Amino acid sequence: MIDAKQVLHVARLSRLELEPGEVEQMATELSSILGHIEQISKLDLDGVEPTMHVVPIDGGLRDDEPEPSLPIEVALSQAPKANAEGFIVPSPQA
Amino acid sequence: MSAADYEVTIGLEIHVQLATRTKMFCGCETSFGDDPNTHTCPRCLGLPGSLPLPNAKAVHFGLMMGLALGSKIAPRSIFHRKNYFYPDLPKGYQISQFDEPLCDGGELGGVRLNRVHLEEDAAKLNHAGGTGRIQGSDASVVDFNRGGTPLAEIVTEPDITSAEQASEWLRLLRVTIRQLGVSDVNMEEGSLRCDANISIRPKGQAELGTKTELKNMNSFRFIERGIKAEVARQVAIVDGGGQVTGETLHFDPRTEAITSMRSKEEAHDYRYFPEPDLVPVVITPDMIEAAKAELPELPLQREDRFIALGVEPGAARTLSWRPELGDLFEAELATDGSQPKALAALITNELLKRIGDGEVTDSKAAPGSLAQLVALTAAGTVSSSGARTVLDTLFASGGDPAAIVEAEGLTAMGGGDELTPIIQAALDANPDVAEKLRTGDMKPIGVIVGFVMKETKGRADGKEVTKVTRQLLGL
Repeated sequence: MIDAKQVLHVARLSRLELEPGEVEQMATELSSILGHIEQISKLDLDGVEPTMHVVPIDGGLRDDEPEPSLPIEVALSQAPKANAEGFIVPSPQA
Repeated sequence: MSAADYEVTIGLEIHVQLATRTKMFCGCETSFGDDPNTHTCPRCLGLPGSLPLPNAKAVHFGLMMGLALGSKIAPRSIFHRKNYFYPDLPKGYQISQFDEPLCDGGELGGVRLNRVHLEEDAAKLNHAGGTGRIQGSDASVVDFNRGGTPLAEIVTEPDITSAEQASEWLRLLRVTIRQLGVSDVNMEEGSLRCDANISIRPKGQAELGTKTELKNMNSFRFIERGIKAEVARQVAIVDGGGQVTGETLHFDPRTEAITSMRSKEEAHDYRYFPEPDLVPVVITPDMIEAAKAELPELPLQREDRFIALGVEPGAARTLSWRPELGDLFEAELATDGSQPKALAALITNELLKRIGDGEVTDSKAAPGSLAQLVALTAAGTVSSSGARTVLDTLFASGGDPAAIVEAEGLTAMGGGDELTPIIQAALDANPDVAEKLRTGDMKPIGVIVGFVMKETKGRADGKEVTKVTRQLLGL
């Protein structure tokens, strides 16, 4: 169901680098997962609401009240690369 | 074929930062211009294990916008993940809305809306390399202060047919949102951003051409120029026998060049799916009532109300699309409501000319003095050209209009007797004009009126001058 071309496309969207062997493996595994899920389509589900949450709760809004933010040095402490102002990343356009 | 042989189709997507105190899904304060990365927390940094919780005020503001724009409010709407990798998005997805937005449909100023939905803003990338431009730098610094700021995205149907209409409509949307008080809609600071989807097709062709998306134009001028440049680019392609490619474009206002940002096909493969960390947003009748209760009079409603008062449509639009002028008009009208049309004309023509690019508060005219000036003009105490002189003084230093008329000798001249010798002198000084007028050709009457105005320092009334001139010439 999933061919090598689709695997490479999704890999690129996910910024994953795959070895040629892995492409075949992923195609097989993803096809098998989708095949498993597709069994649902054999059921007659007319008039059944999709379940997006197993717990039927609604609402859950937060008042617009400020809470303390992290000190900058804590915020930046996990960054592989940072300067005094922020997280340094490779320029996406470079 | 030329540009005139094509129909232009434009749809706009507008992002508005909502004026909440805190972010969309966490309690960090929203900010602009603060030190970078001083308003972050595990949630807006996308740290593992953190969970989002929607801001009730952002939902409230979204409802106000939906109600003001005539949208259908969804009793239950859900958030989706919009997946893409970019360093301004720490989670690898943006929490947005997809097929069940908060507000569905709507209409403003003759342009249909597709939807209004809520989402979170991305962080800000500062590109190293000094120029601040994206191209040419190899490292970027991410500032997450903006990341997670609540956004309302407004999407129009493709109902706009020119760059001018796009810019005009956006002005209407901007002032409408500003009146709602849900955003400060400051384009320079990025609290209102606009993307345009643009396509062309030969006149008469039913199906739309391939569209391109022009991103992030941050002023009305750029929007108009950007759309015009993109339309010209598409016309040139199609005229040359080529085909427009669907892609995302960047307009450089400095060079007016349009460049491709990325392959749209791939960038738009967002793999939306329902956000499992959030439950549906349920809108109760109480929430809708609370939003309705806070709706102010909107610019288009105000425009209609002014027109009903007798104000000229053009002036009514200026007054209601520049709310501070409308407020001034209403304050003056409250002191003397007898001349709405003339008062509106005085403010939108003469006062606005003096304000220029400045602010209404640049005017030193005391409250009520504009209405008094209009009343003096209507009573014939001061001529319309005299009134302009009075306004100069009111604008520059304030004062009492009647006293200024008196002090500057601007009291309008009565009719006949006082004017007759001056008009006679004008006719004597311009015998060729007098000759033409005598034959019934009234075109050069301006020469006589001009002469009299100069002699009387504008105190004469133009209509009266014409009348007396005709009498003198036996017409």
